[in-house]
Amino acid sequence: MHPAYSIIFFTTASGLGYGLLTIASVFLLLGLIPAERWYGVTVMVLGGGLVAAGLLSSTFHLGHPERAWRAVSQWRSSWLSREGVMAILTYIPVGLVALGWVIFETGSGLWGIAALFSALGSVVTVYCTGMIYASIRAIPRWYSPWVPINYLALALATGAVWFDMVSRLFDVASVFSAGLAAVSLILAWGCKSAYWRSIDTAVPVATAESATGLGALGTVRVLEQPHTSSNYLQKEMGFKVARKHAQKLRKLTRLLVFMVPFVLVLVTLGTDGTLARIAAVLASLSVAVGVVVERWLFFAEAQHAVTLYYGNSSV
Amino acid sequence: MTSPPATPPAKKLGLVIDLDTCVGCHACAVHCKEWNTGGYHAPLTDLDAYGAEPDGVWFNRIHSYDVDTGNGGPSQTVNFPRSCLHCDDAPCVTVCPTGASYKRTEDGIVLVDEDMCIGCKLCSWACAYGAREFDVDVGVMKKCTLCVDRIYNETLDEEDRLPACVSTCPVSARHFGDLADPESDVSKLVAARGGYDLMPEMECAPTNKYLPPREKRDRFSAAPIELETASPEGGFLGWLDRVLSD
Repeated sequence: MHPAYSIIFFTTASGLGYGLLTIASVFLLLGLIPAERWYGVTVMVLGGGLVAAGLLSSTFHLGHPERAWRAVSQWRSSWLSREGVMAILTYIPVGLVALGWVIFETGSGLWGIAALFSALGSVVTVYCTGMIYASIRAIPRWYSPWVPINYLALALATGAVWFDMVSRLFDVASVFSAGLAAVSLILAWGCKSAYWRSIDTAVPVATAESATGLGALGTVRVLEQPHTSSNYLQKEMGFKVARKHAQKLRKLTRLLVFMVPFVLVLVTLGTDGTLARIAAVLASLSVAVGVVVERWLFFAEAQHAVTLYYGNSSV
Repeated sequence: MTSPPATPPAKKLGLVIDLDTCVGCHACAVHCKEWNTGGYHAPLTDLDAYGAEPDGVWFNRIHSYDVDTGNGGPSQTVNFPRSCLHCDDAPCVTVCPTGASYKRTEDGIVLVDEDMCIGCKLCSWACAYGAREFDVDVGVMKKCTLCVDRIYNETLDEEDRLPACVSTCPVSARHFGDLADPESDVSKLVAARGGYDLMPEMECAPTNKYLPPREKRDRFSAAPIELETASPEGGFLGWLDRVLSD
């Protein structure tokens, strides 16, 4: 699949933003962080801003962005619509959490209920994002429960690393925030490895023979393409660049998303002061760049069934 | 609206495509383009039409395959027109977030309402058969309408109320009719010739059926013809062979 930059930015930025909002809401609810004003402003602006920037970016790849509001109408059948609905609904508790934290400097009582819904809404929205891809049977490697699991795990991991970073800059980081970052990185690493293993060992779902129904006659090979230059289908579904470098990009993902941030998070646990802050900032940068590589690969590695008509032998 | 019809459509209009008779002339694709660039989805944009990299929206793509029969004999050429199959369980309809993509209850035709389409392209990802092509110029998704603006068009003569691709095919490789009615000509044709679904593993329940190429009578007798042996002992050819061999 062609990796559109707007969608890569959208899924990674909103994943990070929702991860951050989820963790901040839970920590606030449990009283693990102080409901201090400027800390609250930073967390909520960063989390809410990343989500907003992601959603805005997702409209850039639309043919008619001005009609985007229509996309909330078909939540009964469409995961894309459900995601839009959940994203909008989640802004209500997120806004209330921000109000309580920033204006009244509290996260308990009724504000705690808002925090609970802000965390739940964020998780459900990320799940919907994952299901947009996991509901597409025509892309067999995406049609897998590992896809929403990975979207959730990576949102949690990137959000946790950034939450620890912001908390550290405000001197409110704890063994809980750093510990959660470390654990969620390992969890996400496990989920991503499981996804890669599942797609590497997957049995082809469809073949050029089943796509044409000519398998009874023999092996199907393209004699002549139907058109002389690439059409929309080939440009959108037939992307090959990253598949060629998949192993290198996987190594890069392992390094930037998991190994480097994990080591740096351990550094923050073992040190304090400036060194810990620098380690936390570097971990955040690494995980953010890494998850973009991961998402790019997620798209580029996926093979669409329509490629079977254009010379691919199986998907 | 993007949920499929609750009850299966009473009529299932669709195509039956005969891979035995198709000669790969692309006339169906051309007539389709001609009609539809002035029809429901007008215009079917072409970019750089006379340049080095022409690009545009077409509802029919005519592939040609070389099938290796695997027995050392000659391979078989199969021309393969590909267009929307108007599936019963059309995933392109259910993924649509706006309701622009829908399946008609009265005849099962899958259509896009261009005024509702936001151009998110998700429906084209959901279609395993590549039936939908995005119009980058207009910013909306376009697809085969089964010539909904011809088949019910009372300003046309009755015999012309057929999809453009069917009406133009010079070898009658494309047939149009109601596939829900077991007594229709198309249903009988499917039954008689073993018509099949493309990629049933995608579980889309396509309406359109394909008829397989018939068994070639001379496939196994088509071994290379041996050259005549010129006996050196006698005859004119033997003499000629001796003279030319020196």
